[in-house]
Amino acid sequence: MKYVDEYRDGSLARAIASTIRAEARPDASYRFMEFCGGHTHAISRYGVEDLLPPNVRMIHGPGCPVCVLPIGRIDDAIRLASMADVTLCTYGDLMRVPASGGKSLLQAKARGADIRMVYSTLDAVRIAEVEPTRKVVFFAIGFETTTPPTAMAILAAERKGLNNFSIFCNHVLTPAAIQNILESPEVRSLGAIRIDGFIGPAHVSTVIGTRPYEFFAEEFRKPVVVAGFEPLDVMQAILMLVRQVNEGRAEVENEYIRAVSAEGNVKAQQIVSTIFELRDSFEWRGLGLVPFSALRLREKYGRFDAEKLFSIETAPAQDNPACECGAILRGVKRPVDCRLFGSVCTPETPMGSCMVSSEGACAAHWTYGRFRQHVSNRERAAQ
Amino acid sequence: MNAPSRIVRRKLDLRNGCVDLSHGSGGRAMAQLIAEIFHPAFDNRWLRLGNDQAVFDSPPGRLAMTTDGYVISPLFFPGGDIGSLAVHGTVNDIAMSGARPLYLTASFILEEGFPLADLKRIADSMGAAARAANVTIVAGDTKVVERGKADGVFISTAGVGVVPPGLDLSGDNARAGDVVIVSGTMGDHGVAIMSCRENLRFDTDLVSDSAALHGLVDCVVGAAGQSLRTMRDPTRGGLAATLNEIAHQSGVGIRIVESAIPVRPEVAAACELLGLDPLHVANEGKLVAIVAADGAEAMLAAMRAHPQGAQAAIIGKVVEDEHHFVQMTTAFGGDRIVDWLSGEQLPRIC
Ligand code: SF4
Repeated sequence: MKYVDEYRDGSLARAIASTIRAEARPDASYRFMEFCGGHTHAISRYGVEDLLPPNVRMIHGPGCPVCVLPIGRIDDAIRLASMADVTLCTYGDLMRVPASGGKSLLQAKARGADIRMVYSTLDAVRIAEVEPTRKVVFFAIGFETTTPPTAMAILAAERKGLNNFSIFCNHVLTPAAIQNILESPEVRSLGAIRIDGFIGPAHVSTVIGTRPYEFFAEEFRKPVVVAGFEPLDVMQAILMLVRQVNEGRAEVENEYIRAVSAEGNVKAQQIVSTIFELRDSFEWRGLGLVPFSALRLREKYGRFDAEKLFSIETAPAQDNPACECGAILRGVKRPVDCRLFGSVCTPETPMGSCMVSSEGACAAHWTYGRFRQHVSNRERAAQ
Repeated sequence: MNAPSRIVRRKLDLRNGCVDLSHGSGGRAMAQLIAEIFHPAFDNRWLRLGNDQAVFDSPPGRLAMTTDGYVISPLFFPGGDIGSLAVHGTVNDIAMSGARPLYLTASFILEEGFPLADLKRIADSMGAAARAANVTIVAGDTKVVERGKADGVFISTAGVGVVPPGLDLSGDNARAGDVVIVSGTMGDHGVAIMSCRENLRFDTDLVSDSAALHGLVDCVVGAAGQSLRTMRDPTRGGLAATLNEIAHQSGVGIRIVESAIPVRPEVAAACELLGLDPLHVANEGKLVAIVAADGAEAMLAAMRAHPQGAQAAIIGKVVEDEHHFVQMTTAFGGDRIVDWLSGEQLPRIC
């Protein structure tokens, strides 16, 4: 625990905060996007924004795997789970994500679908092993961090000779999404949102390293600082970004040297590339179709691919038209801009995926920060 | 729980036997189960009488009554089992009104195939917990359901107690300016349970804090007197749920300070690992008290003098807030809301 406390120390935080305040130019404003849901959560949970000067603002990015999964894929999972001989294994946070027609995996389970919540991919392999008559499908989602465990599970299933285990693969890639945001009309041509720099992912970068971000830094002239998920990491990264902007630099810097190297985890990358290959394009909630942004199983491992085994063809599905998740995930809107926020849509009755995962921008703001809105309303009323 | 008839019957095989459907049928097998397992464990004059109900005199004062169901998994855990928990939980719910707990009833739903040895262990542990808490289990019921229709054993207990004259504690009594005190470390029970769940299993020396709190309550009531507003035991949903309930009932806000809340390092570490907030994790042997500011120090001292309150701490205060927010200054220096737990799929912990 010592290890963690060091990165949450209040007096250190105040020291960094006052340096940020001293170095941020009063006549400038700074807008940084934290890509990852893990950072969004840390910022809200520890109240990082309370320590920042008003001209330094954080924009929440699309790095929450639950939030970017399009509705059509949840529909697919519900259809899979409803087959009599299928057991669907999933992480708990996917259970309540709203699918088409007000359905969810949680409801499907209540109606008798065999859905099991697991803590790791290997739990799913174990279920396949002890229940040979069930077709066990693992609902795989996540960024580069969760891909190696999925690959390991497939290797384990192969080694054990299991023919009743498969993966419904929804693994997506971080750099492709960052590039997509930077190329979006709102950022590029419309100038509707300005992003002065990025806080790069923590855990993802332990796998892929910092090198993949060098392209954005150069091509788009945006600084990137890779940071850990602790609040002091975030503060330090913000300071490093402010300095880069002030000095006119656009480089990839690494705040998270205790875990991240330039190359990343080469062994994990190799295992992943043995099993997975790039999809030409994949739908992201909020971003739409993003080229080369996701993985699927290679032909050689086709027998573990649920999409092939069950001939899944994802149908396009409509989000709730009032839900602003899409714009929020692109950084164009904030949760409070959605008229459902906090009235119809709360973590108990989520209307969109951003309200489901604790890493989603709406859930993080509702759970930890909603008093702010009342404070600012009151201040406005007082003026 | 009727007494057995005098037919010659082999004794229950308490080593290798298991519950079957006949044990819930109302026939001799059920009578035997009661006579050989429950009566010896709970022994008292009401059970010995063998009536369908217990009849007793009530001392002067208002009655406090409550009921609770216990479905915890695993049934045996470090620091207790479903039996002791079923006594402590209900005793504590009564005690939080300031009442002295007196009588309990217990109802068992048993799954066909459940080992009799485990049932005996649970009943004995219930009996011991009841004796330690000075309450008597005066009536009970047993049902058996087919294999797969329950998870080993479910227990429901109900209880009554007597509130001393002049005491009126209620969740709607909190007023701006009052002080919030917890009796000890938060999250011990929930983390101890999770540490022995099959698919989590991590090594820790942590044990559940499951305990009857009537003694500590006596102490608190004695020391705080009229300045005590309300008490509650932060079980399911943890401290966060309890404070939110009180804030809503009383129509106030609550401000707490993270660094003042006692949390064991092991609990903090496990929560970190599991992605949980210790403020959402259940306790079974702690209480939260709201007390008028002028009585706070005396009450804190009284709590700390009691073994169950040695780590008691003032963690915050009640404020005016039309939104009834529970807000916390984080150890990091920012502010955040402490919300009810929503949606997370937690294992059965009580
Ligand atoms: S508040 Fe709910 S409906 Fe609105 S954008 Fe967020 S998730 Fe969607």
